[in-house]
Amino acid sequence: MSELRKPPSRSIKWWNSRWFDVSQLVLFFGALIWLTLNGAAQMGYNWQWYRLPKYFWRVIDGELIWGPLMDGLFVTLEIGLYGIIITLLIGLTTAMLRMSQSWIGNLVAQVYLEVIRNTPLLVQMYVFYFVFAPILEIPRFWVGVLCISFFEGTFASEIIRAGILSVQRGQWEASTSIGLSRWNTYRYIVLPQAVPLMLPPLTGVLINLIKHSAIVSVIAVFDLTTQGLDIIADTFMSFEVWLTVAAMYLGITIVLSLLVSILEWRVRGRH
Amino acid sequence: MNEHTAKPIIEMSGVSKWFGDFQVLKDVDLQVFSGERVVVCGPSGSGKSTLIRCINRLEEHQEGRIVVDGIELDQDTQHINKVRSEVGMVFQQFNLFPHLTVLENCTLGPMKVRGLSKKDAETLAMEYLQRVRIPEQAAKYPGSLSGGQQQRVAIARSLCMQPRIMLFDEPTSALDPEMIKEVLDVMIDLAESGMTMICVTHEMGFARTVAHQMVFMDEGRIIERSPPAQFFSEPEHERTQLFLSQILSH
Repeated sequence: MSELRKPPSRSIKWWNSRWFDVSQLVLFFGALIWLTLNGAAQMGYNWQWYRLPKYFWRVIDGELIWGPLMDGLFVTLEIGLYGIIITLLIGLTTAMLRMSQSWIGNLVAQVYLEVIRNTPLLVQMYVFYFVFAPILEIPRFWVGVLCISFFEGTFASEIIRAGILSVQRGQWEASTSIGLSRWNTYRYIVLPQAVPLMLPPLTGVLINLIKHSAIVSVIAVFDLTTQGLDIIADTFMSFEVWLTVAAMYLGITIVLSLLVSILEWRVRGRH
Repeated sequence: MNEHTAKPIIEMSGVSKWFGDFQVLKDVDLQVFSGERVVVCGPSGSGKSTLIRCINRLEEHQEGRIVVDGIELDQDTQHINKVRSEVGMVFQQFNLFPHLTVLENCTLGPMKVRGLSKKDAETLAMEYLQRVRIPEQAAKYPGSLSGGQQQRVAIARSLCMQPRIMLFDEPTSALDPEMIKEVLDVMIDLAESGMTMICVTHEMGFARTVAHQMVFMDEGRIIERSPPAQFFSEPEHERTQLFLSQILSH
C-alpha cells in the first residue's frame, strides 16, 4: 500500500475563522440586551426580579409549598403528557384510515383533516368549550387536552402516513411471502423501519403541542400561561414574568427534544 | 417425472389478469408437478413475473383458477395464508429486512408463523445459512453484505419456512456479474435436492442444466412449453427463435 497522504491544508481567512463567527454572535446579543435594558430604563420600568422566587415555591414551617408558576408548569406538563398520547393515537388512527381500502374510513379521515386544518385553533377551542363540552359534559381540562390533540393529530397523521408509505413495497411483499399476517408485518417489518424516519418531524409536532397548549388559558385552565397572566394582574411585573414563563416553556421543549434525540439514537443505533 | 399418475402441485387454468385496462395475463394454463423445475423466460413485459406472483397471491388473478397443493386460491384468507406458507419466494431486489440481522431475517417467519421457539428457529436458520454457505454472516445486518450474499440470505430466509415450492423472480438480474455464479450454485444445489422450483430468469446456462420444462411467454400468453433440449435446439415458434437468438448471441 502506498503511503497515506493527508489532505492539503487550506489557509483560513480571518473572516472565516471561528473567533470572528462567535464574536459576531456576542456583539449582536450584547447590543440586543443593551437596547432592551436601556429602553426599559427610559420608560422607567422598575425591575423587580427579587419578588419572583416566591411565585416558584415558598418554605413555610419547613414545608415546601409550590407557587403558582410551578403549579402552572405541572398543569402544562400534564396537558403535554396526555396530549402527546392522544395526538399519537389520533394520528395513527387517521393515517390507518387514509391508507385503508374503506371508502367511509377515507372520507372520515379526510373530513377531519380538512375541518381541523382550515379553522383557527382559537375558534376550535371555543367551539369545543362552548358547544361540545356542555353537551358531553367534558371537564375544561380535558376540553383543552382534546382540542389541542385533535389539532396536532392532523400533522401527526400526515407524518405517520408518509413514514409508513416510505417503507418499500418489497418489504411488504417479502413479509407476506413468508406468511406474516398484516398485523405482524406492521409490527415487525414496517413500523421498525418507519418510526426512525417519523421521529424528527414528530418531535416538531410534539413541541408545537406544548407551545400551543398556552391557548387553554382562554378557557381558564390553570396552566403556565394563565398563572403568568394572574401574577401580572397582581404585581404588574410583566417583563419579569413573561420572560420567566417563556424560559420555562423553552426548558420543557428542550428537554423533550433531548429525550426524543436519545430515543432516536437508540432506535437507529442498532443497525 | 411420472406425469401420468401424479397430480400437479400447481395447476393454473384459464388465468387472466389486468392492470387497469391492460391485460397482463391472457388465459394462461400451466401445470407443475412435484419435484419439477420450470424456467420461465420471455421478453420484458410479457407477464412472467406476474405469472409467478399470482401463485402466492402477491397479485390477484381475475379469471380462471389457481390450485396449489390442493388448495384453491380464492377469496378465503385462510387458503391464501396456507398457500403462502408452502410457497417460498425470492425477489430480484432481495427485499431483506434491513433492520434485522441475517439470523433474525431467517427466524422471524418460523417464529411468528410456524410458532417455533427462538432456539429451534435459530438452529433451523443456521442449518439453512450453512446450506447457502454464509453461516459466518449470521450476526451481520443485510446492509453490510454484498448483493450475492444478500440474495443467498433471501433464499435461506425462504427455505426456513420449509416450503414445498420455491418461486424465483429474476434472482440474479440485480447482481454484479461476478456474484451471479454464487447464487446460481445455491439454486442448482437446491434443485438437486428435489425442490419444486419455478424460476423466471434469463440465465440460459442455468436453465439448460436445471430445468425440466422451459416456458416461453410473450404478451401475456404462454406460447411455447418444452424440455430444454428441444427448446434450445429447435424452438417451434418464430417469436421464441427470435428471443433466443437475441439472448444467446451476446
